[in-house]
Amino acid sequence: MTGETKEIKKKDADTQKGIEHTRAKRLYTPDVDIVERKDDIVVMADMPGVDKNSVDVTLENNVLTIYGKVEAEIPEKHKLYISEYGVGDYQRVFNINEEIDRDKIEATVKNGVLKIILPKSEALKTKKIEVKAEMARA
Amino acid sequence: MLWSDLERFGSFWDPWQEFERMRRSLFGDGWASTVVEFPAVNVWVRDDNAVVTTEIPGVEPKSVDISITGKSLTLRGSREPEEGQEEDIYHRRERWYGQFSKIIDLPFSVEVNKVEARFKNGVLYLELPRAEAEKPKKISVKSE
Repeated sequence: MTGETKEIKKKDADTQKGIEHTRAKRLYTPDVDIVERKDDIVVMADMPGVDKNSVDVTLENNVLTIYGKVEAEIPEKHKLYISEYGVGDYQRVFNINEEIDRDKIEATVKNGVLKIILPKSEALKTKKIEVKAEMARA
Repeated sequence: MLWSDLERFGSFWDPWQEFERMRRSLFGDGWASTVVEFPAVNVWVRDDNAVVTTEIPGVEPKSVDISITGKSLTLRGSREPEEGQEEDIYHRRERWYGQFSKIIDLPFSVEVNKVEARFKNGVLYLELPRAEAEKPKKISVKSE
C-alpha cells in the first residue's frame, strides 16, 4: 500500500443479535493490527477522535473489549457539503486464547491510535530447551 | 486461530443476521455508503466559511502538508509502520500504511492567510474563511 490510491470506508460494527443500541449513535469497528512478539502481544487500533479519557479497555475471562466514545464536532450554522464518513463510537471484541499477565497490561492513546501491550505470562514465555546429546556408552 | 472476533463469530450463526450484514456491507446504510479515496473528508459550508474535517489517526501532525490553490485544497501525508522484529507474528493487519494525497474541491476560493488548522486525536480540523472578494454582497435597495 504505497503511493497507490487507497479506498476506504468505515466499517459498521456488527451488532449481536438481540442487542439494541440505546443511543442513536453509530458504532464502528476500528481497524486493528495485532502483533505477537516474543514476550507480549500488541494491539493497535485506529480510533480517530478518541483520547485517553474516552476509551475503555477491559479484559475479562479471556475477552478483550475495546470501546471508544467519540463526540461529533459539528461546526455551528454550517451545512454539510461533502460527507464521506460518519462519526460515532468504536467497539471491538476479541477472544484471547493465551495466558496474559493481567497486572502488566499497558494501554496508551496517541494521535487517535490506541495501543495495548499484553505481556505474556511468565510461565508461557517461550523457553528454549537445550537438547543434550546422550553420551554413548562404551 | 488464536484470535477471533466475537462480534462476528461469537454468537451462534444466524443466517438472517448474516444476510443483513452482507446487505449492509454491499449497499451500506445511508451514511458514507460509497467507497471514497483516503482520507475520507467531511466538508461543512456557510456563506463566509468552510470547515474540512478528516480522520488520519497515527499521522504525525508535522508530516501533514496542506496546500490551497484557488478552490482546491490538497492534503498530503504519510504513516510509517512500526518497526518490528523478524519473529513477530501478525494475527491481524488491517491498518493502512503509506502515503496519501487527496484533492478536495471547495465551493469558493479561500483567504489563504487566514486558514486555521488543528489536529487532535487523529482528526484534522481546518477552518477556511471565504476569500473577501468572493463574499456575497448584500445590495440594499433604496427607495426613490
